[in-house]
Amino acid sequence: MSVESLPVLKPNDFASDQDVRWCPGCGDYAILAQMKKVLPTLGVPRENIVFVSGIGCSSRFPYYMNTYGMHSIHGRAPAVATGIKTVRPDLQVWVITGDGDGLSIGGNHLMHAIRRNMDLNIVLFNNRIYGLTKGQYSPTSLLGHKTKSTPMGAIDNPLNPLSIVIGAEGTFVARTIDTNLKHMGKVMERAAAHSGTSFIEVYQNCNVFNDGAWEYAKDRETKAETTLELEHGKPMIFGKDRDKGIRLNGLDPEVVQLGKGITEDDLLFHDERAIEPSLAYLLTRMRHQDGFPEPIGVFRAVAAPRYDELINDQIELAVTERGAGDLETLFHSGDTWKVE
Amino acid sequence: MSTVSQKPTQQLEEATVRFCGDSGDGMQLAGTQFTNTSALAGNDVATFPDFPAEIRAPRGTKAGVSGFQIHFSSKEIYTPGDNVDALVAMNPAALVTNIGDLRGGGILICNEGAFDKKGLEQAGYESNPLEDGSLEKNYVLHKVDMTKLTRATVDDLGLSQKQADRCRNFFAMGLVFWLYDRSLDPTIRFIEDKFGKKPEVAEANRRALTAGFNYGETVEAINTQYQVGKAELSPGTYRNIMGNTALAWGLITAARLSGRRLFLGAYPITPASDILHELAKHKNYDVLTFQAEDEIAAVTAAIGAAYAGEMAVTASSGPGIALKGEALGLAVMTELPMIVINVQRGGPSTGLPTKTEQADLFQAMYGRNGECPMPVIAAAGPADCFDAAQEAWRIAVEHMIPVFFLTDGYIANGSEPWRIPDVDSLEKTKVTYAAPLENGDDFLPYERNEKLARPWARPGTPTLMHRVGGLEKQDITGNVSYDPANHQHMVDTRAKKVSIIAESIPPQEVDGPESGELLVVSWGGPYGSCATAVHAAQAAGKSVAHCHLRYLNPFPKNLEQVLRSYKKVLIPELNCGQLRSILRSEFLIDVAGLNKVQGKPFSVGEILERIEEEVLGVGS
Repeated sequence: MSVESLPVLKPNDFASDQDVRWCPGCGDYAILAQMKKVLPTLGVPRENIVFVSGIGCSSRFPYYMNTYGMHSIHGRAPAVATGIKTVRPDLQVWVITGDGDGLSIGGNHLMHAIRRNMDLNIVLFNNRIYGLTKGQYSPTSLLGHKTKSTPMGAIDNPLNPLSIVIGAEGTFVARTIDTNLKHMGKVMERAAAHSGTSFIEVYQNCNVFNDGAWEYAKDRETKAETTLELEHGKPMIFGKDRDKGIRLNGLDPEVVQLGKGITEDDLLFHDERAIEPSLAYLLTRMRHQDGFPEPIGVFRAVAAPRYDELINDQIELAVTERGAGDLETLFHSGDTWKVE
Repeated sequence: MSTVSQKPTQQLEEATVRFCGDSGDGMQLAGTQFTNTSALAGNDVATFPDFPAEIRAPRGTKAGVSGFQIHFSSKEIYTPGDNVDALVAMNPAALVTNIGDLRGGGILICNEGAFDKKGLEQAGYESNPLEDGSLEKNYVLHKVDMTKLTRATVDDLGLSQKQADRCRNFFAMGLVFWLYDRSLDPTIRFIEDKFGKKPEVAEANRRALTAGFNYGETVEAINTQYQVGKAELSPGTYRNIMGNTALAWGLITAARLSGRRLFLGAYPITPASDILHELAKHKNYDVLTFQAEDEIAAVTAAIGAAYAGEMAVTASSGPGIALKGEALGLAVMTELPMIVINVQRGGPSTGLPTKTEQADLFQAMYGRNGECPMPVIAAAGPADCFDAAQEAWRIAVEHMIPVFFLTDGYIANGSEPWRIPDVDSLEKTKVTYAAPLENGDDFLPYERNEKLARPWARPGTPTLMHRVGGLEKQDITGNVSYDPANHQHMVDTRAKKVSIIAESIPPQEVDGPESGELLVVSWGGPYGSCATAVHAAQAAGKSVAHCHLRYLNPFPKNLEQVLRSYKKVLIPELNCGQLRSILRSEFLIDVAGLNKVQGKPFSVGEILERIEEEVLGVGS
């Protein structure tokens, strides 16, 4: 048996012939570049990859990839992707969405794709603003955020994307940052390898309508204090001097200083494989306030049955039990009579 | 059972029976069993189930009355009948809401036990109509205490009273089976299939059925048995089929003959849900049913399945179709083949979910943003759904276009005999995917053939990677384009893609003279009433023809010429004149309408009456 080796592809092989039209300086460029870098390492032929998006700046993504793709309608990408993956489990399907597309108009589809554990890789570009419609507040904009549609400040409580994903029974939940390329690449690789819905929230900067929304998490000076890189099985340590940690006090996390009688063993250890989602949920609730860091990395990665597999298993089982469908049999099932 | 009755029998050409009772009384089951038995006996049959939107409205109320009408005949019939010859009323509410349809001199069987003080009050009767002599004046009344008789016959089986009372519909069936000399065997087989795992329930139902039958034979008050002979149908093997079932089977057939997987995206909605239920049963035919989180997910998942290269369908009713509107624009823009089914019901808004109407034609024709035409076809009756579904798929694939398929609640839940086709005789719709490119050329996803159809490139095919989407596409390359001239060209092209379908559909036929005084035009559910009324008018020497449209967009090429061959055109529609408006604007022809929006199908009588008026008025 001869093994035909796949042609070795480079990032550029995944670039379509279309000009990229995001604003100069947009965080989307970095995500696109990283995706083109990661895909050649996965060993999946380009023709077996489909990118599906909704509407918004991020949703232009499929046009820039030399794969199959659909730029669908606002909020519906997870549903379109569900149809594709259900009839064609052989394809690798990515969903590109944003905070408005995924969490506002498309919140319902996102929730249901996740709870079905459809084998999709969903990347949500979170810039806390509507960019394509020129600067209205989004479901992740902070309270008090002044925008064109909220001149006196936003008065609706923001959603926390990863809390929603865990609430919807997400099996792979991760967060990364558009400027942390190496980290983003690792997270994308992990997402692609996961069987079931993989969800990545990317802190993405809209330099035109919401510049600096994630600055605290990106700035070289502050990011060590404001972010916490999760590693499975490792204690949760952060800080420039790696001297701070997260400890559980009852049901609440607290920031503690290492030393003075507190050792690593007192800290919370990350367990992304915990079947109970409580720890992962708790981590999604940690916001950059009161000295807490915001976790990045893989919050949760657990195995669970997938809708796209189960539905095709049922077809196979039905064929095994009843035989491949035959039209004559169908038409003559039940009572019939003859007219001579 | 093959007892030969000792009582006199009378031959009838046809008869119409209606079972009515509380929505928990099992009237739909009684009607279905009587229908199947009559069909097996060789009658032509047509049925009309009529049930409330509530699953269990308060017991005994008028709102909770459920009915099932069966018209069975020894000649060919097209409707469930205007007037009822025999009415079975299980309680006072059923009687008061249905008695108006029983013809003078008709047989009325009432479940006497339900005519108590409370039941009469709920129905609004001041005195008991079974006792005050009011009914006997007009009808042949049989008072039968089915509750008591059924309880007595299942007495020793150890059932609760509630369980015993659930068998009453079988008693009623048994009695009507005797009245029309029908065999109990198919129903006994049904009982064994359905209740085989609960032997005491099966036995109780069997006993109630037999007791009802024997009651008819023994009770002296019921003194005549009726017989309706076999109808002369074309030779073949037949089965009785409901519209939604025929539609589901048509879809399965189209998918099998094309060698494609069948994907249905659907969200539960009356009266379309039975399509989902039926398809979900047939997974061994490679049918994938996706019960989506909402109507929008149902249609967009179908669009995904179409992009992935399989046979995609979404099925709903008016309110659901309204939600799908934006996605249908995407399907039109991406030029993907799929079928969009609307089983119409009374609207607007939630409207009359369980009642029939044809008021979504404009929605199918125009209900999307932008210039967004779609082909529209409509089934004429339950069995026709099978053929029309395959035709919808042919159009979708050959023209790379989403196709609207209209039926309605009357067609969906109605049933009629269906001559089972020879599988080899069915037309196959061939699916041809774009082949991989070998010479390094760029793939052109919007390059068109003579039908203006673009190639269907299946993901997984090397060299054909391409992106589609809702933004305007440059013709040929499929790249995003904001070029003014290109947009004009693409809007024109999408319109032409629809109109070009007229080249591949059969010319419009008429039933009757090729020219004359009046042409009755129909589409969808009213087919049967119109055909029957026109035949009656023709038999009375009137110059009337009938033209039934399956293709509503585009119209057959000769339609204008057909319309212009008659002095007058009349369109009976269960809406306020939607097809009439379209024909008038399309052809600048005056067209009269017979319009009704009462949640009920046309009776033959009301169409015939209008035909006579129109014909009398010709030339005046």
